[in-house]
Amino acid sequence: MAGVPSSKTTTRLKIKRSNPAAGGAESYSEFDVDTEAWTTVLDAILAAKNYGDHSVGVRYSCRQATCGSCGMMINGKPRLACFTKISELDGGTVTVEPMKNFPIVRDLVVGFDRLFRSHHRIKPYIISDEADIEEGVRENRQTPEELEKYIQFAGCIKCGLCNSACPTMATDSQFAGPQSLAQVYRYVADTRDKGKDERLKIIDDSHGIWRCHYAGSCSKVCPKGVDPAMGIQLLKGHMLGFR
Amino acid sequence: MTGDSNREGIRGMANPRRYGIERFAYILMRITGLGLLAYFVAHIYETSAILRGRAGWDEVLAMTQTVEGHIVLTLVIGMCVFHTVNGIRLMIVQGGIMTGKPGRADYPYTPRSQNARNKIAIYSAIVLAAVAMMYGLTVMFGEL
Repeated sequence: MAGVPSSKTTTRLKIKRSNPAAGGAESYSEFDVDTEAWTTVLDAILAAKNYGDHSVGVRYSCRQATCGSCGMMINGKPRLACFTKISELDGGTVTVEPMKNFPIVRDLVVGFDRLFRSHHRIKPYIISDEADIEEGVRENRQTPEELEKYIQFAGCIKCGLCNSACPTMATDSQFAGPQSLAQVYRYVADTRDKGKDERLKIIDDSHGIWRCHYAGSCSKVCPKGVDPAMGIQLLKGHMLGFR
Repeated sequence: MTGDSNREGIRGMANPRRYGIERFAYILMRITGLGLLAYFVAHIYETSAILRGRAGWDEVLAMTQTVEGHIVLTLVIGMCVFHTVNGIRLMIVQGGIMTGKPGRADYPYTPRSQNARNKIAIYSAIVLAAVAMMYGLTVMFGEL
């Protein structure tokens, strides 16, 4: 019986290492990892961790682009390690680094405090006196057209790739960031929500929505098709009275 | 944690190679804006020379009648045209127009906000700036 043809190759994996808490210097560890056409960058990192160096720091969970844990710079661009196949990348060496614009915890693990703070600040939940369903009362209903207006933005997994690619995040330490701004649009566009004025007041400041200059990089890197740049521009149009 | 030490900073912000033509236009918009600001300051200095009489005016004007002066003015023309055309695009888009319509996202998740209309507008701004620069070069060096 003929064997199944194998696409196995060896890939050089370069992992950036650092431990700011210990004051250690930055360095790169290199590993040669066997990869197939379907091997993801996360698979390769875990292989390096399992068979090369157990101390490699990496955060991951679902392995299917749902939890948003494994965002990192892969060959210079922010991507999800579990959603990026090595065979899709150019070149023989894959370089992985911690996500930019996030503080490093250790190696590939970064802190999400700022992202979660910004997200929490914009009140990411339906604000409505009718939100609690009482017995015998029909739940809030929406037409498919009303759902289409925000469903795309509800797909955000808070992986932080958009904040990592954003040029304003690179230079402004207080900017709200594309993730939370897009979520404002998600709730403003939801017909069940009554918290529009509260949210718009929060983002209408010097480090809020007007610091977005539409570079579009956030949408380019989003692994879920949320398109934060679109949401933010629609929100600006809304605030300016054009929509 | 290292606080802000992992921020990309101006070097990361100004890297035009990673995120396509939209990011390139973003950076070009900033460079041309700064260039035009520098030109306006120089222009005020240049025109204020008239306070020193005709001789002073002629002296400053002679600076622009050189090869270097013409190259600088050509760059100013290019910066002005790109900044204006791309600026109009940005005003329209940031008014929520031309950004595409929200809808359910399908793999491979091509962002609707990076649509053909936007790309055409960016390339048009670059081409118009190049044409205006070529016209400026023809006129100015024709005078030499």
